[in-house]
Amino acid sequence: MIDTVTVMFSVNGNDVSAAVEPRTLLVTFLREHLGLTGTHIGCDTSQCGACVVHLDGRSVKSCTMLAVQADGQAVTTIEGLGTPEKLHPMQAAFNENHGLQCGFCTPGMIMSAVDFAQGNPSPTPHEVREWLEGNICRCTGYHNIVASVEAGARAMAKA
Amino acid sequence: MGLMSQPIRRTEDGRFITGRGRYVDDVKMEGAAIGYALRSPYAHAKIMSIDVEAAKSAPGVIGIITGAELEAAGIGHLGAAFPASFLKNRDGTPRVDGDRALLTVDYVRYVGEPVAFVVAESLNAAKDAAEQILVDYEELPAVGLIDEALDPGAPLVWPQAPGNIALDWAQGDEAATDAAFDRAAHVTRIDLVNNRVVVNSMEPRGAFGTYDKVTGQYELYATSQGSHPIADTIAKRILRIPPERLRVITPDVGGGFGLKMSTFAEYPLVLIASEKFGMPVKWMSERTEAFQSDSHGRDLKSHAEMAFDAGGRILGYRIKTDFNLGAYGLGFGPGIQSVVPMFVVGGVYKVPVVYNHVRAVFTNTVPVEAYRGAGRPEAAYIIERIMDLAAREMGLSQDEIRLRNFIQSHEMPFRSYVGAVIDSGDFQRNLHDCLRQADWAGFPARRAEAEKRGKLRGRGLAYYIEKTAGGASAVVISFTPAGRVEVGVGTSAHGQGHETTFAAIVADKLGVPFDSIDLIQGDSIRAPWGGGTGGSRSLWNSGNGILKAADAVIDKGREVAAALMDTAQDAITFEEGAFRVHGTNQFLPLLEVAEAARAGSKLPPELKARLEKGLDSSGTHEEKGDTFPNGCHICELEIDPDTGKVSVISYDVVDDFGFVLNPLIVAGQVHGGVAQGIGQALLENCLYEPGTAQLLSGSFMDYTMPRADDLPSFGFTYNEILCTTNPLGIKGCGEAGTVGAAPAVMNAVLDALWDKGVREVDMPMTALRVWETLQRAAAKAAV
Ligand code: FES
Ligand code: FES
Repeated sequence: MIDTVTVMFSVNGNDVSAAVEPRTLLVTFLREHLGLTGTHIGCDTSQCGACVVHLDGRSVKSCTMLAVQADGQAVTTIEGLGTPEKLHPMQAAFNENHGLQCGFCTPGMIMSAVDFAQGNPSPTPHEVREWLEGNICRCTGYHNIVASVEAGARAMAKA
Repeated sequence: MGLMSQPIRRTEDGRFITGRGRYVDDVKMEGAAIGYALRSPYAHAKIMSIDVEAAKSAPGVIGIITGAELEAAGIGHLGAAFPASFLKNRDGTPRVDGDRALLTVDYVRYVGEPVAFVVAESLNAAKDAAEQILVDYEELPAVGLIDEALDPGAPLVWPQAPGNIALDWAQGDEAATDAAFDRAAHVTRIDLVNNRVVVNSMEPRGAFGTYDKVTGQYELYATSQGSHPIADTIAKRILRIPPERLRVITPDVGGGFGLKMSTFAEYPLVLIASEKFGMPVKWMSERTEAFQSDSHGRDLKSHAEMAFDAGGRILGYRIKTDFNLGAYGLGFGPGIQSVVPMFVVGGVYKVPVVYNHVRAVFTNTVPVEAYRGAGRPEAAYIIERIMDLAAREMGLSQDEIRLRNFIQSHEMPFRSYVGAVIDSGDFQRNLHDCLRQADWAGFPARRAEAEKRGKLRGRGLAYYIEKTAGGASAVVISFTPAGRVEVGVGTSAHGQGHETTFAAIVADKLGVPFDSIDLIQGDSIRAPWGGGTGGSRSLWNSGNGILKAADAVIDKGREVAAALMDTAQDAITFEEGAFRVHGTNQFLPLLEVAEAARAGSKLPPELKARLEKGLDSSGTHEEKGDTFPNGCHICELEIDPDTGKVSVISYDVVDDFGFVLNPLIVAGQVHGGVAQGIGQALLENCLYEPGTAQLLSGSFMDYTMPRADDLPSFGFTYNEILCTTNPLGIKGCGEAGTVGAAPAVMNAVLDALWDKGVREVDMPMTALRVWETLQRAAAKAAV
């Protein structure tokens, strides 16, 4: 019998409580237990940022923490940021500026960018590049991601 | 105005930006088990025994599959895509590919080769159990590097391949080339290493298989660049079942870059496991596992020589390349440095005679296969590095040496010595435009300014060409009762935005609303047959195919519309999405005609019988005629001599892709391609340890992926010089950025270091390597 612990937190505004193996990563919990598959896994060394979610509004790599460490906090995933009908300004900016190709890095990029833009409404390209250092994209060469984040940050400031 | 040539925003983005994409790992199936591959920790070993008994009874374990069991069941092996008769040694003898079972039985030949497949209720349970499998290995000497493998007396990866030579291939005329060198006024020689890279699509590989024991049907979800080739390989070669018993579905795919063209062992393994254990089985690669088990790219060493006359004109070109094939010749592996780039080894120049001698070398490393450009970036790298060096040696400017040797527009179609027929292009114009765009003339001032800041500034130019087109992928346009237009294609996008670009063609051709069109791709049963997406040729295949299928729709529609409006066919014209009776205001929209044809009740019986499928039509672009994307890249960078750090300051590209269907998407392809080239040139390096062939760069911690702060923004423009050999006039853009980037960057690095006495630079020019190179040059100067 494998020991479990109970975690309670909110995910995208909904209260969640579940019994999990203590070694369960937050990303595994989100994907496997809650079916929130928008948060991706791109590595096993905490390098790629495909798994970025918000914990109480700040971006974290959900592969780098255990589900139990999120206990009592508010988790937001890409699914909770906006919907196809009502996009978050950062999501809209990625579409408008062709900031994605295969889309695999995209949820992590957007979640990371939203946190960044909250603190910096009119970033320079250089600042965007420095911030995104923890998110790897293999498709876009970052050019359009940087343009997306700049535009998204401006749009967020206006919204 | 039509949608074609417009920068339409991508329709597929909607699901990706909201987390609603569906990749293989997102597919859910009731009662699914997890598969995990136990992999060899040794580069070369004989397997004395495998004991799975303890592991079988570990908690949560469902079962374990070994190679011996697969052999007994008659399961087939993996292999190379090229028939033996198509690609052989220059003396006519057959090449050696080795023999790769899904799970090895007697020997392991690289670190990461799968030995057993554990199926359990969870990944953790599978991993825990795998640790309890007892494999008795007898370690053998191993070779991981080309030089080690070629050393006389090196241990052999395959006894049937003496000297570890898998393939000894050549193109061109050796004697005629030697004669050209005898006449030369100047000969430039260069030795180059093209470093090994790991593809690293951000989504690792994965597969999800089910077997229905009632119907005997297999279904596989796989991360692929095309479902049909994988279905064919698994059905015909591995499971040996009629093809209709297997359906391969490719859902959303997180990047491919050539990696996901091939059939990997884990794909049939999840099907075999599902059949054996009676439940769906999923396998997802982890990143560390990907480093060990994905096919790698590049890894070759070349010696090249170019003979010139006194005017700097090329007389002949001689290349000798040895490339690392890994432990097995799989997929496109044996062809990547031989037949794949053979038509572009001479670049954009008039090269009267060539001799290109290429050997594939077995090593105890994971097989090397296609990586973006597959052989063409390597060919461009060699010729653009040697042209750069030749210019320096002969005192010509970088543009002048190229202008003197370019194939001229007025000479096209031009049949090159290597047999390429280049239909169209204007190399001179693209070069001039790129020089202007990059402010080539203003460089000396920028260099002087950098020098004041203590920085070494360099610029590099490269003019690449690649050849694409070929293969056949069918298109089917069909009309649903709900009024939607389904476009089935045999290509398979994994980031390229085909849902948007293909729909634009259909919307323009048929005049139906853009948002009424659904793309059906990546499904070996629902989509028509095709070779998948790779080699920058999906628009060539599917785009031109759509034109054909759409023409067939219109022809049928005209007949139906004539019947419905009770008039003669030749009185009907098709304009703006409607069939119109000439000289009247009578018309019927295409979608109404399609629905009437589908229902059939209003059609004359003869027509109804003939148009059994209504207006649904298919088309395949099969016309011969290659395409030659080409363009000029200019890189400007600065080096900090104290740290060796290279900073790319600006990067300019002027391309010719023929007709550009969606400028936004095309620019994105170029950006991503250039980033991969810069990554290879400055950062990325896959290393195997000398002596042991242990993989040293096995994670993102020790393999440097290009990140946002490593790259500049890119200047990209294009000249649309239409391709004359296909109706759309397109040339293909997917790989081009990667083809041109590495030589442009490395020429710039050499330019920055030249005045310090540096004469040789090899990829990747990491900060450490630059610093060491500068120290060596300084020490030499001091002597
Ligand atoms: S999955 Fe790569 S950083 Fe989390
Ligand atoms: S869009 Fe594919 S990895 Fe970023």
